Amino acid sequence: METFHIIILLLDATFRVATPLVLAALAGMFSERAGVVDIGLEGKMLGAAFAAAAVAAVSGSAWVGLGAGILASIALSLLHAYACVTHKGNQVVSGMAINIVVAGLTPTLGYAWFSMGGQTPHLGGDARFKSITLPFAEAVHDIPVIGYIYAELISNHNIIVYLAAAAVPICAWILYKTRFGLRVRAVGENPHAVDTAGISVDWMRYKALMVTGFLCGIAGSYLSTAHGAGFIRDMTAGKGYLALAALIFGKWRPVPTLFACLLFAFTDAVQARLQGVELPIVGVIPVQFIQALPYILTVLLLAGFVGKANPPKSIGEPYIKER
Amino acid sequence: MTEGSVKFAAPLKIPGWVNYALIPFINLLAALLISGIVILIIGDSPIVALKVLIYGAFGYPEAVGYTLYYTTNFIFTGLAVAIAFHCGLFNIGAEGQAALGGIGVSLVCLYFDNLPLWLVIPFAMTAAAIFGAAWAYIPAYLQAKRGSHIVITTIMFNFIAASILTYLLVEVLIDPNGQSPESRHFIESTWLPYFHDFIAMPSTPLNISFVYALVLSAGFYFLVWHTRWGYEIRVVGQNETAARYAGISPSKNIILAMVISGALAGFVGINELQGVQHRLILDFTGGYGFVGIAVALMGRNHPIGIFLAALLFGALYQGGSELAFEMKSINKEMVIVIQGLIILFSGALEHMFRPKIEAAYRRFATTQTAEAG
Repeated sequence: METFHIIILLLDATFRVATPLVLAALAGMFSERAGVVDIGLEGKMLGAAFAAAAVAAVSGSAWVGLGAGILASIALSLLHAYACVTHKGNQVVSGMAINIVVAGLTPTLGYAWFSMGGQTPHLGGDARFKSITLPFAEAVHDIPVIGYIYAELISNHNIIVYLAAAAVPICAWILYKTRFGLRVRAVGENPHAVDTAGISVDWMRYKALMVTGFLCGIAGSYLSTAHGAGFIRDMTAGKGYLALAALIFGKWRPVPTLFACLLFAFTDAVQARLQGVELPIVGVIPVQFIQALPYILTVLLLAGFVGKANPPKSIGEPYIKER
Repeated sequence: MTEGSVKFAAPLKIPGWVNYALIPFINLLAALLISGIVILIIGDSPIVALKVLIYGAFGYPEAVGYTLYYTTNFIFTGLAVAIAFHCGLFNIGAEGQAALGGIGVSLVCLYFDNLPLWLVIPFAMTAAAIFGAAWAYIPAYLQAKRGSHIVITTIMFNFIAASILTYLLVEVLIDPNGQSPESRHFIESTWLPYFHDFIAMPSTPLNISFVYALVLSAGFYFLVWHTRWGYEIRVVGQNETAARYAGISPSKNIILAMVISGALAGFVGINELQGVQHRLILDFTGGYGFVGIAVALMGRNHPIGIFLAALLFGALYQGGSELAFEMKSINKEMVIVIQGLIILFSGALEHMFRPKIEAAYRRFATTQTAEAG
C-alpha cells in the first residue's frame, strides 16, 4: 500500500506540473503547424503570469486575472505575428526578443506598481483558483484503489488542470476535424497551395498565432493564480522551452505531445523525490541529470535516434508570394 | 551602351552608410523611444534616465573600465554568433558554450596552478576554446549529418550545459570550506593581469582579455574575408546548393563554423573567471550568449560593427547599474527591456523601416542627380 500511495502522490504532482506544459505545448502546436517557429512561448507565459497576478491582485477575481493574462499573451503573439508574418522577420530572433523584453518588463512594472521587489502581492481568496472537490469524492474515498484514485488523484485540482485535460481532445479535434485546422496545417506544409486556393496565408498565420496566445495565456495565468499565489520574477523558469521540447518530442501532434508533457512532468516529480535516494544498481542519480533528461531526450529524438521527427515542411520560412 | 543612354537602369544601389549606419541607428532610436515610453509609464523621466545612463557608462574613468570589461564579453559572443551567421546558422547556444568554456578555464586554473602565468594563459585559452568548441560540435554534427535543427538543439544544449555546471559545482568542484556552490579561488599567480596593473587608472575589472578580444576581431576579419575557409563558410551560408556544385562540402563547413563559434563563445570564461571572479560560479554567463545575437545582428556580422555594438551593450550594462542606483523607480531589469527592444527592432523588425528608408534615399538621390544634371 505504501508504494501505491507514493505513486499516487507522484502522479498527482505530475498533473500539477504538466498542466502549464500541456497548454503551452498545444499553444506552440498551432503556431508551428502554421509554419511559424515560436520560441517565445516562455515570454508569453511569463507575460500572462504577470498580467494575471497583477489584475487578480487589484480586482480580487482570479477570472478577471485569467482574462488579463490571456489578453497580454495574445498581444505578445500579435507582436510576434507582426514581426514574422507582416514584416517577414526572423522568427527565432523575434521569439528571443519577446522572451527578453518580457523577462525585463515584468519585474520592472512589478517593481514600479507594487514596490515588492518585482513581485505582485500575495493572492488569496477569490483572487486565486482553488482546488475543486469533484462530486462524491468524499463518499468514495474509502473504496480501495478506484475510489482512492478518484478522490486523491482525479479530484482536488483547480479548474485549469481540468481545462488543460480537456484542451487536448479539443485541440486535436480543431486541428484534424475542422476547416480551420486543415487550413492551419496546410499553411504550415505548403503555403503556396493555400494561397492558390484563395486563402490569405498571412491572415491564417495571424489566426493561428492568436490561438497560440490564448492557450499560452491560460498556461501563464495558471502559474501565478492557480499553482502559485502571485507573480515571482522569472517564474516560468524555462517551462516555455520545456513545452517546446515536449512539442517536438511529441512530433507536433496533440496526443504524443500530451504524453511527452506528462513524461517530462513525471521526471520533474520523481526528481524532487529522488534527491539523495540510493537506488539499486545505479546508486544515487544526480538531480541535475534528471533535470536535463527532457532536453537530452529531445536532442536524441531530433538526431533520429529515438523515432523520427517530421517538422511541418515550411516551418520557419516567411511566406513570400512571388517565389 | 554608354552611361547616358541607360533609361531604365537597375535600381539605384543603396550605399554602405545607409545600410550599415543609418538603418541600425534608426532601429536603435526606435528601441530607445519605446524604452523611454516604458520609463514614462513607470513614472520617471526618460531624458534624465538617458543622461544618467551615458554618464554612468562613460562619465568617469572607472565607468569606462567597467564598460570595456562588459564590452569584452559581448565581443566574444558577438563574434561567435556572427561566424555562425556567415554560414547561415543560428547559434543560440553561445550561452551554453560559454559555460563549458568557463569550466575548461577553471579546470586549468584549479589543477595546473603550479605553472607560471605565461603558460597558464595559453593553456586556459586553449581549454576554453576546446570545451566551447566541443559543446558546439555536437549540435553542428547533428545539423550537418542528421538534419536536426540547430536552433532547437542549441537551446537544449544550453539547458544541458547549465545542468552540467550545477552538477560540477554542487558535487565535484565545490570548495570544501564553503557552503555555496562555488569552486575554491584560483591562486593569484593564475589571474589575468588587470589594466590598472599597467596604466594609471582606477581599479576596475578590465583585464588583458579585452586586448585579446580585439586581436580576435582582427583575426575574425582575416579569416572570414581573406582565407579559403572563410570563403567556403560564406558560400555555404549564401547558397548551399551552389556550394555543393562548386565542390564545397556544406556539412564540413557547418561543423567548422560552429566549432569556431563555440570556441569564441568559450572565451567568455577567460574574461569572467580567470580575469575577474577568480573562481567558478553559477550563472557567470549572465545572458552574454543571448545578447551576442543582438550584437551580431546590429554589427552586421562585421568585426567593426560588432565592436561598436558590443560597446553599446557594454555601456548599457554599466550605465544600467548606475541607473538602478540613481533613479528611484528604475531597477536593473530596465536594461534587459532595452536590450530586448534593441533585438526586436534591429533583428525581428529589421524589414520594417528598411524599405521606407531605401525608398526615401532613392527619391533623394534621384532629385540630387536631376538637379546636378
